[in-house]
Amino acid sequence: MNTWIAIGLTALGCYAVKLAGLLVPAHTVERPYVRRLAALLPVALLAALTAQQTFADGHALVLDARAAGLGAAAVALVLRAPFLLVVAAAVVVTAGVRAVGG
Amino acid sequence: MAQYTPLIDQTADGADKPDSAVVRDALGVGVAVGLSGFAFGVTSAGSGLGVLQTCALSLLVFTGASQFALVGALAAGGNPFTAAAGAFFLGVRNAFYGLRLSQLLALPRALRPFAAQWVIDETTAVTLAQPNRRAARLGFTVTGLSLYLLWNLTTLLGVLGARAIGDTRAWGLDAAGPAVFLALLAPMLKTATERAVAALAVLLGLGLLPVLPAGVPVLAAALAAPLALLAEGRRRGRGRKEQTGSEEEER
Repeated sequence: MNTWIAIGLTALGCYAVKLAGLLVPAHTVERPYVRRLAALLPVALLAALTAQQTFADGHALVLDARAAGLGAAAVALVLRAPFLLVVAAAVVVTAGVRAVGG
Repeated sequence: MAQYTPLIDQTADGADKPDSAVVRDALGVGVAVGLSGFAFGVTSAGSGLGVLQTCALSLLVFTGASQFALVGALAAGGNPFTAAAGAFFLGVRNAFYGLRLSQLLALPRALRPFAAQWVIDETTAVTLAQPNRRAARLGFTVTGLSLYLLWNLTTLLGVLGARAIGDTRAWGLDAAGPAVFLALLAPMLKTATERAVAALAVLLGLGLLPVLPAGVPVLAAALAAPLALLAEGRRRGRGRKEQTGSEEEER
């Protein structure tokens, strides 16, 4: 039930902001500070999410195979690999390290 | 400033671009990104969501980063409200895409509620790259349609596939989520400010993890954005000396 509540809230919220962008007159939110904040908010959230989903295990910080996988993804990104290849690199390396590590 | 000032210079009658070229660009993005719905389906299943829940997310939310964030937060044990809040804040950027698109596409009001669901990173990137309104509308429609269909189809295949193979961790599939976030983040790190925001957010996100309830550290890490803007404004304000007292205009 909790999961459905989260899904419903997210769907409503995400649709509402998409529609608001199309309906609201541009000048009401086109102030420089708001624009900059909107550009930086995803940077902060994505960085925190990347770090947490790589190093978190519940409330503990751990260093495991996922870190190696993320490193592989970073290398793929530096080499300008396409999106799917970046994800595949992370998955394959993580699986490989787990297989070797037992 | 008038409402909906059309971008005359760009859309009245810009350079010509054949429809086939627009469709090719749009399909290239739509298909490549649409396929990554597979990664979402797998991640969502690995996070404990069911087939129906996973497909509902792709159908109704349809903005990848928010979907990954939500299932990640739920898997970490976050309550539905903090989990949804994190996903929502990630989706706020789509409002700013909509502002640009509504000028470029000049859609009739009645169509906007339907077009809104397709206002995301990829459709915006393709639409902004077009030379005139006709190409912009075509690019938006083809990217939106191909991406929406494929994203939902591959989500279903991903969640079914993940259930078939059982332990997604053994296959390293729990690394798909963070890799997706990193791939979305990397092109955004253009200036020192963005890198500082990312670094601070990582510190906050990891540092607060042991002490705050699940899902809350990510929201706290979002504070890195206004903090960086505040610091930037201070620096610029100091550069300008006491010329204005308006540096404290944050909101």
